[in-house]
Amino acid sequence: MNKKRKADLYLIIFCLLAALVCYLLFTFSNSKGDKVVVRVDGVITNTYSLSDDGTYSLNNGSNILVIKEKKAYLIEADCPDKLCVKQGKISKCNQCITCLPNKLTVTIESNNSDVDIIS
Amino acid sequence: MRNKKIATSALMIALAMILSFVESQIPSFFPIPGIKLGLANIAVIFALYRLSIKDAIVVSLIRVVVVSTLFGTSLTLAYSLSGAVLSLLIMVLLKKSDRFSIVGVSVAGGISHNIGQIIMAIILMHNSVISYYLPFLIISGIVTGVVIGLVSAKIVERVKI
Repeated sequence: MNKKRKADLYLIIFCLLAALVCYLLFTFSNSKGDKVVVRVDGVITNTYSLSDDGTYSLNNGSNILVIKEKKAYLIEADCPDKLCVKQGKISKCNQCITCLPNKLTVTIESNNSDVDIIS
Repeated sequence: MRNKKIATSALMIALAMILSFVESQIPSFFPIPGIKLGLANIAVIFALYRLSIKDAIVVSLIRVVVVSTLFGTSLTLAYSLSGAVLSLLIMVLLKKSDRFSIVGVSVAGGISHNIGQIIMAIILMHNSVISYYLPFLIISGIVTGVVIGLVSAKIVERVKI
């Protein structure tokens, strides 16, 4: 029994480390982003500059995007859970907001990024 | 004996369905898609340890299909199924290896469930930006896995059927 508990612990530590490595990989490539890229069903539909403040209707009005003070966030969604609205503001490279029901993602990207983790 | 087994499996499926419903009534505290407590996994783990591997697979898959049909959409089915299949696979393998306790099996199940859903999201949304959530979903899988594992361990130990 004790041996198994130890194995459990190793498993948990291993997974925590894996999560940490993933997180660090994402944050290390966190250069300052300057583009807000909107994808619907994997296809880029709109690209905005992070420095241009404004309110934009996305995907035929299913979601409303606001760019303000170099931060992007969604204020409106027609899906029931509104998780994308709750995901808050993003401003750094590779951060993203996702709306699963509308197959919509909003990501911050950089014009001169040599490391492109997004295929 | 066979009838009893069928009845117990049916009981576990019913229980898993109720637990799924209860969970759907709990509002999500974290704004990341896919973070869930995984209450229904208690019934699956119970089936895995007290019935058989086959029964656990039956309980899990029937629960996912029925609950998604009743309360969800075809998208819910795709996400739940990918999570359930990967998590079952990993839990069965770890249990068979006999190196981990129920808590370890449950943690692995929780994490792999979340990873399964991310894989499905990447396939359905045709892009991989969603992998950004991976570290958060791994952490959430560990936490919920430990909780569900501890509860399941107690239930497997105490409930005699």
